[in-house]
Amino acid sequence: MIRDITIGQYYPANSRIHRLDPRVKIVCTLLYLISLFMFKSIIGYLLATLFLVCVVRLSTVPVKYILKGLKPIIMLLMITVLFNLFLTPGGRLLFHFGPLKITEQGLNTAVYMAIRLIYLIMGSSLMTLTTTPNALTDGLESLLKPLGHLNVPVHEIAMMMSIALRFIPILLEETDKIMKAQIARGADLESGNIIQKAKALVPILVPLFVSAFRRANDLAMAMEARCYHGGEGRTKMKPLIYKGRDYAAYAVTIAYVAISFVAGRYIPFKIWIF
Amino acid sequence: MSIKLEHVNYIYSADTAYEKQALKDICLEIPHGQFVGIIGHTGSGKSTLIQHLNGLIRATSGTVYYNGENIYADGYNMKELRSQVGLVFQYPEHQLFEVDVLKDVCFGPKNQGFSEKECEERAREALKLVGLKEKYYEQSPFELSGGQKRRVAIAGVLAMCPKVLVLDEPTAGLDPKGRDEILDQIAYLHKTSDMTVILVSHSMEDIAKYVDRIIVMNHGEVMFDDVPKRVFSHYKELESVGLAAPQVTYIMHELKENGLDVSVHATTIEEAADEIMAAVTKKEKTE
Amino acid sequence: MKMIKTDKLVFEYAKRDEEGNIIGMSRAVDEVDLDIEPGQFIAILGHNGSGKSTLAKHMNAILVPTEGTMWVDGKDTKEEEYLWDIRQSAGMVFQNPDNQIIGTVVEEDVGFGPENLGVPTEQIWKRVEESLKAVGMIEYRHHSPNKLSGGQKQRVAIAGVMAMRPKCIVLDEPTAMLDPNGRKEVLESVQELRKREHITVILITHYMEEVVDADQVIVMDHGHVVMQGTPREIFSQVDLLKEYRLDVPQVTILADELRKRGLDIPAGILKKEELVEILCR
Repeated sequence: MIRDITIGQYYPANSRIHRLDPRVKIVCTLLYLISLFMFKSIIGYLLATLFLVCVVRLSTVPVKYILKGLKPIIMLLMITVLFNLFLTPGGRLLFHFGPLKITEQGLNTAVYMAIRLIYLIMGSSLMTLTTTPNALTDGLESLLKPLGHLNVPVHEIAMMMSIALRFIPILLEETDKIMKAQIARGADLESGNIIQKAKALVPILVPLFVSAFRRANDLAMAMEARCYHGGEGRTKMKPLIYKGRDYAAYAVTIAYVAISFVAGRYIPFKIWIF
Repeated sequence: MSIKLEHVNYIYSADTAYEKQALKDICLEIPHGQFVGIIGHTGSGKSTLIQHLNGLIRATSGTVYYNGENIYADGYNMKELRSQVGLVFQYPEHQLFEVDVLKDVCFGPKNQGFSEKECEERAREALKLVGLKEKYYEQSPFELSGGQKRRVAIAGVLAMCPKVLVLDEPTAGLDPKGRDEILDQIAYLHKTSDMTVILVSHSMEDIAKYVDRIIVMNHGEVMFDDVPKRVFSHYKELESVGLAAPQVTYIMHELKENGLDVSVHATTIEEAADEIMAAVTKKEKTE
Repeated sequence: MKMIKTDKLVFEYAKRDEEGNIIGMSRAVDEVDLDIEPGQFIAILGHNGSGKSTLAKHMNAILVPTEGTMWVDGKDTKEEEYLWDIRQSAGMVFQNPDNQIIGTVVEEDVGFGPENLGVPTEQIWKRVEESLKAVGMIEYRHHSPNKLSGGQKQRVAIAGVMAMRPKCIVLDEPTAMLDPNGRKEVLESVQELRKREHITVILITHYMEEVVDADQVIVMDHGHVVMQGTPREIFSQVDLLKEYRLDVPQVTILADELRKRGLDIPAGILKKEELVEILCR
């Protein structure tokens, strides 16, 4: 039951996108997300679509897989679309039903907003699908390194993230086991009102916390036994080194952003769909 | 009070890449009052099997009967089933959560709807059964030693007065003495009450000493289901699936091969010693 | 130089009541003297709570003695400056396979120790590869530890220690949570390492079958060393071992039982072949 939750849904493959440096993927994803909100022209959208399609093809991740990531935000998407559709004034009135009015501007904004949101989710899930959680952590650590000068414990944060990633499946399994054990002792986890339900969680949460602390304690000892003493003087087994393809990826992304920016601004091609 | 499984199949994570058939067409009957051992290496399906017995896992296909009633029938009282078939998980001390030992053991009976007084009576009774000294009753279960915690957790299931007690590797991680103490206690329980006991283990030595019947699981199937002596006579097959007969079985076989006239069916040290003494005496006489 | 030496080592901890007030002191390890030569295979036996794990944690300077001294490779564990040297020269494998693997990929976990030691990157890769090969886990290098069996996880943990190139490896009940197959796998890996690398092995366990090949067996009870000798010397005292809540391989008990019934069998039979030979002569 509880094991169905997956976090960091990595799609194992060995595509060009998979092989990119995690830092490249993080930075380029960010650039792409920003670009989505920069332009208003249809050219911009065409470029954004083209870029996304190319990256998806290169990544070899099945489109079905990427679309799955949209499921959790369908509600949010609908609400945004409806709000924009009915509540944006301006432009020709296309349709009205009682107090609900759909204007030309409203329709346009709703469609563009939906596209932006969908691309936003697809773009960022493409990053998590092609990057292992560990590589992501490494990438973040490396990108945030300058913050270390401001006394932000970047290495520690990254280490914590990576340990959390390792222990999430273990703790999920443990929760499953404890739940079953308490159900076997007659615990009722389903019926009752909210307060009763919350109370019924105590026999699960207490053992879970006890176990988590025991594991944390053991792990800390194991880490110390293997000479862990923070990030200082530590070398890396898999250091992040930019390769040719990484520079190429940066170049392509920056070119895309620049073109769509220029195109959106200087080519007067502001055609609305209607 | 029998448990019967008919053509039980269980498939994990059906329709995904991780699909795995954990149980294949299991047909079993466990009559009331038996002491049964279930043996199999990790991943053989033995833990999955026992979770079917109290309805924690629902078979993908097939039926489980408790006292002749289909537990998957509409309106079947699962809660009642779970209090009749007590299941002690592996490392059961990891489920302890109450502030003191007595309260923790009361959790089961409380869920069954007994009054506070009755709960406490049952809890005390159960703690006595597992041999925990009264001075520990008011202590936090987290302060006890590993062996004591294990006893408290087993008492937590016993307090529900189950008719069938299923234990999943109750001795894992204990030291030899602790292991013998727990097993002796369980054997004593079986002898003095009319409880059915199902013991899951991967130690042949432990099982050989106590049970009437051994069910050997391998790849989700029942490989052998017989009295210990006859199961262990298949020691070569057991070995081929990563299990082993008790060491004495090997000794007896080797003695026989080397010309000492002993029966190879001895499974415990006492039996083996009797056999060897008889054979040696006979040998001396003929010489 | 001795690999490990202790002089009247005591580890004392405070017993507290529910409010956290100290109600007394308890000695987990009490005046232990040890002398362990390099390259030896030492087994430490004892029931749960006998102090054997506490003693083991001293060998890695996770704990420091409250009285007495412990030297690892000639270095006093109380001296802060030697801390990392000691931890590098005496690696440690713990009981719970899940709680000692740090990496989310097998090879990254094995690389964790060398990373901490500041080993250059290419060297780390070389060491990781060698260590994983040594424990027979090289084909699992890209796997997630969560998908491995208990025995495989422990072998990864051993590889993780080996990658630090220690002189001595301390295994604190590495097989207690494993099934018989897992136990066998782990012990075979340890034996293999011992033969190939001539490393000192200190195995803490309560499974007697595992210590039959040890050079020396140390039995602990209530923080004291109560027996010390070769496996044969130790196992010839079946009744005494039982008193210390330990048990003895079935063949040893059987031989002991037969001797009590009047057969002429020497004490301390360890392997079934020995018994068969004596009985079938």
